Amino acid sequence: MSLHATHRDAGNVTVVDCSGKITLGDGSALLRKTIRGLLDEGRTHIVVNLADVDYIDSSGIGELVSGFTAVRGRSGELKLLHLTKKVKDLLQLTRLYTVFEVYSDEATALSSFK
Amino acid sequence: MTPEGKHLEVTLETQVESVNLAEEMCLRVAEAAGFGEDDCYRIGMSVREGVINAFHYGNQERPEKKIHLAVDLTSDKMIIHVLDEGTGFRLSDVPDPLAEENLLSTSGRGIFLMRSFMDEFDVVKGATGGAEIVMSKKLPGLDKTSANGEGGQSSTPRPEA
Repeated sequence: MSLHATHRDAGNVTVVDCSGKITLGDGSALLRKTIRGLLDEGRTHIVVNLADVDYIDSSGIGELVSGFTAVRGRSGELKLLHLTKKVKDLLQLTRLYTVFEVYSDEATALSSFK
Repeated sequence: MTPEGKHLEVTLETQVESVNLAEEMCLRVAEAAGFGEDDCYRIGMSVREGVINAFHYGNQERPEKKIHLAVDLTSDKMIIHVLDEGTGFRLSDVPDPLAEENLLSTSGRGIFLMRSFMDEFDVVKGATGGAEIVMSKKLPGLDKTSANGEGGQSSTPRPEA
């Protein structure tokens, strides 16, 4: 299953709900397109919900990092929500777990934006 | 299943679809060899990263070049070879993705993942002149840590000069 991504607004925060795989090719490209599209609309407070993402490869990790730096470049913030065990393990292995702000509760993630 | 002497070899096109194909093929072999879910995930991910490396860095996404994948099941391990038709590289030249200055790099984690997920990992000069990734995992039952999905740290030998 490739990636499916939709987004919804919660006040000044946009939540991107992802499901499937974030891997080389369509999955990474869709995540990039979604985040860049939000930035183009001026949405710079973004939560990426990975609850239904059970697989991510180095390209997907790279795309999350790319999104993180692109949002930060617009003085915004990109945070992660609901990591599955495999994704959490990968982010810990690659030391990115300390780079991203990660939440397990959506309300807390939303209220974390200033 | 008696895995001794099993050999599988396939030539893949330099295209994104080859990444999934290679992963699926190797997953089938790993499952048939008795690897558990966690080890299958690690093997599949390593094959994926090896083929991505060949596709992107080795063959530079040039469609006229091929990716050569081989899988061997010996009496004690599953060995995977991924050979590209590029110019090769040295492991010692690959930046450490865990270094502070590389943490926000958008690429360069594939080698690290393969090293982490497999028991043995090396890159040698292949017959094509390109890089040949050689990685292996002990068969379940032979190594307790491997059998329960808690694979140990990989060795990180240096490539030939």
